[in-house]
Amino acid sequence: MLRVIVRRLLQMAVTLIALSALIFIWLRNLPGGPIDALLGERATPERRALLTKALGYDQPILVQYGKFMQRLVTGDFGNSIRTGEPVTAVIGRAFPATVELAVAALIIAVGLGIPLGYLAARHRGRILDNLSITATLVGISIPIFFLGYLLKDVFTQGIHWFPPSGRITTGLDNTEVTGFFVLDGLLTREFDASADALWHLILPAVTLATIPLAVIVRITRASVLDVLNEDYVRTAEAKGLRHRIIRGRHVLRNALLPVVTTIGLQTGSLLAGAVLTEKVYNWGGLGTLITDSISGGRDYPVLQAVILLAALVFVVVNLLVDLSYAIIDPRVRVR
Amino acid sequence: MQATRLKAAVAVAAAAAMVAGAAGCAQSDRDKDSGGAKTGGTFIFAGAGDPKNFDPIFNDDGESLRVIRQVYETLVTHKPGTAEVTGGLAESWEHDSTGKVWTFHLRKGVKFQDGTAFNAAAVCFNFDRWYNMKGSAAQSQMIYYTDVFGGFAKNEAETAGKSIYEKCEAKDDATAVLTLNTYKGAFPGAFALTSLSIASPEALKKYDADKVVQNGDSFEYSAFANEHPVGTGPFTFGGWDKAKGEITLNRYADYWGEKAKVDKTIIKIIKDETTRKQELRAGTVQGIDFPAPADQKALAGEGFQVLPRPAFNILYLGINEKNPKLKDLRVRQAIAYALNRQQLVQTKGPAGASVADQFAPNTVLGYAPDVQKYDYNPEKAKQLLAEAGAQNLTLNFYFPPDVTRPYMPNPQEIANVLSNDLQAVGIKVNAVPRPWNGGFKDDVQQFGKQDLHILGWTGDYNDPSNFTGTFFGRAKVEFGTQGMTEMFDAISKADATVDDAAKKAAWEQVNRDLMSKWLPAVPIWNAPPAIVVTKDVKGLVPSPLTAEEFNTVTVG
Repeated sequence: MLRVIVRRLLQMAVTLIALSALIFIWLRNLPGGPIDALLGERATPERRALLTKALGYDQPILVQYGKFMQRLVTGDFGNSIRTGEPVTAVIGRAFPATVELAVAALIIAVGLGIPLGYLAARHRGRILDNLSITATLVGISIPIFFLGYLLKDVFTQGIHWFPPSGRITTGLDNTEVTGFFVLDGLLTREFDASADALWHLILPAVTLATIPLAVIVRITRASVLDVLNEDYVRTAEAKGLRHRIIRGRHVLRNALLPVVTTIGLQTGSLLAGAVLTEKVYNWGGLGTLITDSISGGRDYPVLQAVILLAALVFVVVNLLVDLSYAIIDPRVRVR
Repeated sequence: MQATRLKAAVAVAAAAAMVAGAAGCAQSDRDKDSGGAKTGGTFIFAGAGDPKNFDPIFNDDGESLRVIRQVYETLVTHKPGTAEVTGGLAESWEHDSTGKVWTFHLRKGVKFQDGTAFNAAAVCFNFDRWYNMKGSAAQSQMIYYTDVFGGFAKNEAETAGKSIYEKCEAKDDATAVLTLNTYKGAFPGAFALTSLSIASPEALKKYDADKVVQNGDSFEYSAFANEHPVGTGPFTFGGWDKAKGEITLNRYADYWGEKAKVDKTIIKIIKDETTRKQELRAGTVQGIDFPAPADQKALAGEGFQVLPRPAFNILYLGINEKNPKLKDLRVRQAIAYALNRQQLVQTKGPAGASVADQFAPNTVLGYAPDVQKYDYNPEKAKQLLAEAGAQNLTLNFYFPPDVTRPYMPNPQEIANVLSNDLQAVGIKVNAVPRPWNGGFKDDVQQFGKQDLHILGWTGDYNDPSNFTGTFFGRAKVEFGTQGMTEMFDAISKADATVDDAAKKAAWEQVNRDLMSKWLPAVPIWNAPPAIVVTKDVKGLVPSPLTAEEFNTVTVG
């Protein structure tokens, strides 16, 4: 197992280095760039020249990449072109927001998805099954930004049940400890702040949970159906084993393997930044950071760090999923 | 009520989820007096983007300047709601007969927010600081300074010009004398630029304000710029909570002028336009900026105050004379006659927009009411094209479909209407939509690939050099005006005229000649951008320069 982990970590390092070169060169070959974005209508040839020199864009791309890697090995990702703030600080602030949202969405998706999928399979062909198939189809098909705006329109404009955007009420004096606002309220006994943050979290989490929820219901249903038809389940039933034991020990456990894979993939995607959901709800996470870094002026240092972080998260989550197979099903050997 | 109940339910859920051991293991730093929620004395305004930092001299973008102008002040300012200059930190000023020596009589009893005195020495400290700024990183970010003063004591860029700044002397505490080595028409209007705000010398020194460090391909600014900006304005800087996207400004109790009526102003950063409107409708913010023209009527109908700013901008159709056919004045005039600008204003313009008959709004010195007009006349356009032998003209029309600007809220629609007008007189138009960043700006301003394009400008200060001078004062690829020395000379001469009456006459003549002899572009419209606030907000005076000050605002 240890050898597997070490091998996978080495593969990960090579992947990230290759990716960093790719992103670095690709970004700098895109048309446009920070110069235009920074200067706006006031761009003159002299100003372009001065800023190009000041930002080091007049040097060959390989020299620029070499300097970037030199700083990177010391943990220096540079500073945001837009605000001058260190990229690590920018990401350090955005990451908890994304994790908070992703965890809430996952709780909804997994908490509802597995029971619903299981029930749909158990009642195959009946009304509950048909309803779940239809609902999941809608869940997968509906564009996230449309759903987000729809939910906002219904719940924040006509009836003011939820706030339209943000992570906490503007002007609320809350203490930030970890950057996870719900948790911070609990840690500091500012329970009103915790409740307020949770109140802000609900609509974005529901929006973000839609696709993972639909996927998990479908995979769980299909997987449970497969297992229900297995000989060992029939044998267990014939032996007169209690249904609760058959469901828990034989059906669910065996059906979970593809579900866990799905959850892992979905987690990777959610943690890598829910671009559309964050944009719609003005959620200051990695997703917002990506869109801002592109549209707000090609903020290369931030953009390449976020993409690398997203890749890292994705790879790590997948590694953890692979390792979890061995725990769920001892027959599986991770190689 | 429903929301309160729901919040209570959520609170219960949160409490239930609390792990007893974890709870209370971190210290709350909440201000016990402030309570948990916003007070009645807070004005919350939705900003559309992150500011860069809060050192005025390094900023030129609207979101940074919106915050900066609440904290700092300039020597000269504008009368509320107008572009007319009036005393700011300087009660009055005058220049000598050469226009090179400017004497400022400063307001007495003014203190910086750190308690230090505002005086002539502080003014000169700021001017000297700008002039002596070192490093290409810092100099490259001083956009307005270089616009106005031209250069530095030691230029980092080889192509930079010589500075017109010579020295600043503090004659006494209340008299600062600024000496330039040449007269510049932009003054005194340019002294009102927010970027040229006066900062506390003590704070500048204490927080190492001049330290702008290049790190990789970006710049790192000082603690002064990021955390400790200190000016003389009606609000002190309370902090920028980046996780929440909130900038807090607190009432400055010792402000010399009209003290802020609210205790606090919060700029809440909401980058999505739809979300800004939703927050306004939900009552969670009390003001938003630049609503789309199509939304203004609906917002007014819902009871919001849609406050149009007096127009201080221009949208124009640029004509590139690199195309030999477009070198012929008759063809350019034909284009002007072909455009039904009145109809465009009525169908696509924001409320209050009007057809522009020259390149600066009528509030700017040198506006000439008697310029040659180009009222819609397609027959005349066809006749001029025939006379010029340009009946089968095909033109590439560049526009940026992906941005909105205060002067250009809907580029695609504007381009469509203008193209249709041109086609109607027999000009074949190839529409070339290009992304603003990475297409349009490069193609139009660097490479001159276009025959026609739409672009515009929002004024920074009230002087014709900031409009007409910016567009046509020197050779530009954008218009293909490389050889038009007569035009450049006339503009330079007008800009260098010291006597007020003669200066006005010179600029009027420039405007007349621009519209009749040179016509390097066709002015389209002046479009007043709006600012929207809730019913309970009073005292906000819309500024033509989008330079609203929040000290006069009351809420509720």
